[in-house]
Amino acid sequence: MPVIEARALTKTYGDVHAVDGIDFEVASGESFGLLGPNGAGKSTTMRMIGGTTLRTSGTLLVNGLDPEANGPEVRANLGVVPQTDNLDTELRARDNLIMYGRYFGLPYGYLRQRADDLLAFAQLTEKATEKVDNLSGGMKRRLTIARALVNEPRILLLDEPTTGLDPQARHILWDRLFRLKEQGVTLIVTTHFMDEAEQLCDRLVVMDRGTIVAEGSPPDLIRRYSSREVLEVRFGSDRNAALVDQLRGFADRIEPLPDRVLLYTEDGEGALEAVRRSGLQPVTSLVRRSSLEDVFLRLTGRSLID
Amino acid sequence: MTDPRGPSASPGPDLLDSNTLAYSGRAPGAARQAGLVRRWGWWYQAEWRLLGMKAYWTSIVGTAVITPLLYVVAMGMGLGSLVDARSGGIGGVPYLVFVAPGLLVSSIVMAATGETSYPVLLGFKWGRLYYARATTAASPWQVAVGELLAVGLRLAGESVLFWIVLRALGAVTSVASLLVIPIATLAGLAAGSLLMAFSATLEEEGTEFALIQRFVVMPMFLFAGTFYPLESMPIFLQWIGWISPMWHGTQLARMAAFGLALPWWHALLHAGFLLALLAVGAFFSVRNFVARLGR
Repeated sequence: MPVIEARALTKTYGDVHAVDGIDFEVASGESFGLLGPNGAGKSTTMRMIGGTTLRTSGTLLVNGLDPEANGPEVRANLGVVPQTDNLDTELRARDNLIMYGRYFGLPYGYLRQRADDLLAFAQLTEKATEKVDNLSGGMKRRLTIARALVNEPRILLLDEPTTGLDPQARHILWDRLFRLKEQGVTLIVTTHFMDEAEQLCDRLVVMDRGTIVAEGSPPDLIRRYSSREVLEVRFGSDRNAALVDQLRGFADRIEPLPDRVLLYTEDGEGALEAVRRSGLQPVTSLVRRSSLEDVFLRLTGRSLID
Repeated sequence: MTDPRGPSASPGPDLLDSNTLAYSGRAPGAARQAGLVRRWGWWYQAEWRLLGMKAYWTSIVGTAVITPLLYVVAMGMGLGSLVDARSGGIGGVPYLVFVAPGLLVSSIVMAATGETSYPVLLGFKWGRLYYARATTAASPWQVAVGELLAVGLRLAGESVLFWIVLRALGAVTSVASLLVIPIATLAGLAAGSLLMAFSATLEEEGTEFALIQRFVVMPMFLFAGTFYPLESMPIFLQWIGWISPMWHGTQLARMAAFGLALPWWHALLHAGFLLALLAVGAFFSVRNFVARLGR
């Protein structure tokens, strides 16, 4: 049985369809991603799973229960990491975990031990008695994740877990999340970072304007919607668009962006060679493997971060 | 696919025994957690808010002790000696005794307006703390009720301290004057719950709280018969007192503290008015919290 099952899930605010009739399932222990730009409906979907945003129509079951009718039962099985940290900045790091845990009816005896374990897991043991205000962005994010684990949830909802973190902090976080997955926790991650989706997700849906435009594993999506390699060439921002027609013969598909032109091809180096032979001299060039960014561009005509 | 742990992650020594972290086996199951929270979620919210008050407990205690001292010296002794010398007190008691219950009630109502304005916006907007609580097993109505309860406990505690200082200064004497403590708490909650319901609707703070302080709380304080009987006001200004929880609380507190001579049904009227305000305020607080946290 899937742990989450959404059918024709819809949320409208006035005339705006934040989530527009999406269907998806998440299996137990799976790491499932919602990839899309800001405003795609990812966070709204997450909040509906927790029953903290009421859906407009459609059905949604979490562990077989409707989160709107059985909010406490559903949320007792969920750990929620919201997009913006909402820690109690007046309290110390450890007290944040304990007070949050009280909201699950957990006794102080259990919580004191649990808080220490989680602080160690989040590499925050030395910061236990520090006020949250004095923690760095990465530390706050790790504390928020630790907080989400206080009730030993089966499902962890992570809304943009690493937005705003430096590369080092992101890798530490991914490592911690991977460990949880190894222990059987179902991860549901929203992100607009393709590398994060590739790192964390077994399977993902690409969302755009409230709908799901594609679904599959990251390699699967890349295979289906992009070429093996991508050649990026820059001719200067005023010339990029003008040269598109001349570049057309060198690749299966061409995507002009304001700052560069993307050529989708099975052989990037070969394409670059051919471009040069034709007399065009790019200012810079780069051959790389296709990523989910390319998939998204192909599906929506827009980049993930704008 | 690349190694999901990433290149720069290095497992620290503290992680070696973290293999059972996700499920320690010690936490009660989800059904048990949910059952407890359905019953007690409102109390967990109150606990959290009370713990938050620890950050400014010195100011709570300081206000509760210093305010009566200042008021009693300035109003009771300074102004009081003048009033007592000219008219022999008010309502048959020295001015200090007359003014003391009103000072307690109005101070507590003011404290209530502080607790139900900015902290509520902090919960919804600046710190988004209420949203954190909404993601737990608790429900939005429990957040609202817990907040009111915690504010009520703070007001009660502050009233006790205030009463002790008044007692030490001889401004209250009878055992019945202890009733002023629940009366002031009730008056504070009556005003505070209404303000909390309003605060929960604010998207951001423009000048609303400053205006409320200046044009609602201050007039309520000055025209609530705290320093003189409301009846000595021209009739066209007395209505400000009639709708003010401070006046109803003060009249009730005076009946308890020194037996202000009023028909018994006045007590019912005052208590009934305060309870009705609290009921309306609590209803709209819950309604507005539920609406906002469920958006």
